[in-house]
Amino acid sequence: MKTLPAADAVIVGGGWTGLLMAQQLASRTSMSVVVLERGAPRRTSDYLDNMDELDYAIRLRMMQDISKETVTFRHSERDRALPVRQYGSFLPGAGVGGAGEHWSGISYRYVPDSFDLLTKTKEKYGAKRLPEDHAIQDWGVSYAELEPHYTRTERLMGISGKAGNLKGKLIEGGNIYEGPRSEEYPTPPMKMPYLAALFRDATRSLGYHPYPLPAATTSEPYTNPDGVSRAGCSYCGYCERYGCMIGAKSQPTNTLMPLLTKRKNFTLRPGCWVKRVTVEGGQARGVTYIDAAGEEVFQPAGIVFLASWTLNNTRLLMLSKVADPHGNLGRNLTHQISIPAAMVFMEKPLNRFIGAGSAGIAMNDFDADVFDHSNVPFLRGGHIYTVCYGFRPMANFGVMPPSQKAAWGSAWKKAALDAYDRTGRISFYGEHLSYKGNVMDLDPVYKDAQGDPLLRLTLDWRDNERNMAKFMAEKATGIARAMGAREVTPFPGLKSYDATRYQSTHIQGGAIMGASPESSVVNSYLQHWHANNLFVVGSSAFPQNPSGNPTLTAMALTYRAADAIVERFVKTRGSLA
Amino acid sequence: MKRRHFLTVSAASVGGALVYTLDRRPYVVAAQDKPVRVPLRFFTETEALDVAAAAARIFPADEAGPGANEAGVAIYIDRQLAGPYGRDRYRYTQGPFGNGIPEQGYQGKATPREIYREGLKRLAGIARLSAPEQDAGLKQIETTSFFALLKTHTIEGMFCDPMHGGNIDMIGWQLIGFPGPRMTYFEEVDSHYGNPFRPKPQSLRQIVGRPVKASEDEA
Repeated sequence: MKTLPAADAVIVGGGWTGLLMAQQLASRTSMSVVVLERGAPRRTSDYLDNMDELDYAIRLRMMQDISKETVTFRHSERDRALPVRQYGSFLPGAGVGGAGEHWSGISYRYVPDSFDLLTKTKEKYGAKRLPEDHAIQDWGVSYAELEPHYTRTERLMGISGKAGNLKGKLIEGGNIYEGPRSEEYPTPPMKMPYLAALFRDATRSLGYHPYPLPAATTSEPYTNPDGVSRAGCSYCGYCERYGCMIGAKSQPTNTLMPLLTKRKNFTLRPGCWVKRVTVEGGQARGVTYIDAAGEEVFQPAGIVFLASWTLNNTRLLMLSKVADPHGNLGRNLTHQISIPAAMVFMEKPLNRFIGAGSAGIAMNDFDADVFDHSNVPFLRGGHIYTVCYGFRPMANFGVMPPSQKAAWGSAWKKAALDAYDRTGRISFYGEHLSYKGNVMDLDPVYKDAQGDPLLRLTLDWRDNERNMAKFMAEKATGIARAMGAREVTPFPGLKSYDATRYQSTHIQGGAIMGASPESSVVNSYLQHWHANNLFVVGSSAFPQNPSGNPTLTAMALTYRAADAIVERFVKTRGSLA
Repeated sequence: MKRRHFLTVSAASVGGALVYTLDRRPYVVAAQDKPVRVPLRFFTETEALDVAAAAARIFPADEAGPGANEAGVAIYIDRQLAGPYGRDRYRYTQGPFGNGIPEQGYQGKATPREIYREGLKRLAGIARLSAPEQDAGLKQIETTSFFALLKTHTIEGMFCDPMHGGNIDMIGWQLIGFPGPRMTYFEEVDSHYGNPFRPKPQSLRQIVGRPVKASEDEA
């Protein structure tokens, strides 16, 4: 094994959070910063070639190589875990920028009471309303503490949208249920494709409060406070599962890399697969990786950041046997309730090929605790929305209205042709509470290409999720009728967790944050409780999943941690909490 | 040396076909002069003809427009099976192989190539049958995973970018009014509410101005 000269900081993973941490450290300190990324380098000019549904949306060219590493999955500890052999319910990215390259760009802040969910829920409904085997925890950080960092992230990316709560003043047309924000969005809302406009009008007619989705597919040309300029969105529809060919969708490669490549104290090493972090005597010493040439390398470092995708952060801590005296590592695995709450079949053609990953309308009238849960059989909620992300013919041809029974042949073809550009989806993204039984550990049987155990997911829905999905499917069906749909297929119901159905890439937990080492892996600065110079960054820190997309929160937590490191840790090297 | 196999795509079935777009506007497909002999990469000629016949009953040419044969679906499937997808390059294939529950996804050892070779045994000779006999043959296997794969691949071959061998002349895209990759809809996004917007399709190669490497041509 080769040992390299020590770096001041080494960061595992070159996605949104890893590159943001690198940018903060490299521009605000003189530290040498090395980022190790498993995948290949990427730049905006690569992305013109990727406007191809087969290779990118079906063969999934931007994702981690599943033939080399996957996870195993089972519903409960009584069941046998088997490998997820082909991608299904989530899509981890590989390559510089990580999943931040192929994301859709929907950019939510979490609502304030998400962060003290346990306290607030007990206060309002009593401990008896909490599900029996719940593992719900407060985050150890408040919305008010994160608000400035949310604002920084929105300005970094040029998020498009309309404020619904500006310093406590509610604004019609924005999301009036959001937490108070200190500033309006940096850019105005996106233009709305027809289906989204139909959804907006219908929800408004029903007395709900629709608003444009907060979008990292920026609506107009934008220059951020760092001086990085990007084009406005052209609604080509190649966002989710694709990189943006014009750089309108904020991605690490077009938003952070232009700053980083100018820094002499920054080094990016693609093609490096990190296998272990070394921790001795409560201090991280560095990481061991296999480089692009297949050679094993030890990179010593003064500070180690794990900023790879959620599941891999947890797995690296487990493989490295980092101290976990209270048995917290791997707990609080959550995904997201993500369902086609109602499929709508409209009278008129929708031109669904036009769109963007975050061009859409949502309503939060059934989010979080904005409505009273005393008489419904579940806690919390989520947002009901329609996003026109660009309709892909191979994936969507053959989605049939309920009146059509043929599955192939002339009758099927005729009905499918008729339905094709008249089909829309009302979606629901809901909170996923944490439970004692939903956990990760190392699989005793299956290995990755290097011979290391795969991560094993034990994950299933509980009645809270099933009841919430049923309630929301009914609401969505009502909206579908108000949209004038000639036919509607309501979501048939959540049964058991299905690893084959794509839901979202929003997996959380495993190395959760919290106020004390007894109940969490990292403190609210994402600093490991048992190794001061080890930070675990990303949505692995979320104790449970609030209803929105996680990227903005992961970024806001990273900014907050970076401030504490730059302002305090580099001097004291002590605990930040 | 292995004998080379070819699939002959009839120009007669493509030439001059009248296609209807989703908004029911007629669209004439450019006629070709001669039949095209396409070299096969995976199937034998007999297998290719059987696959083509089956795909053409799943997605037939009829009064609603052209189907799988006109789009070259069998060529698409042949190339996919010959390439990394057919060899299971995109799947975790380490054992042990266990019988899972449906929520754990496909757990079998068989690659797409093997699933086709096995599945095609039950369709052997289907190319020589009449349409009703072909339908009856497909009915026998319609609950199998091979049939599910064949249907998925037929749809893919209808609507893929032409660089993958299917969707010849963008015949599938014309059928559904899909323009293919396009740089911008900034003006159109909110100016065609309720009205079909159906620009003439272009392939990725036309947009980019040079050939693009397809996944089936990778190692």
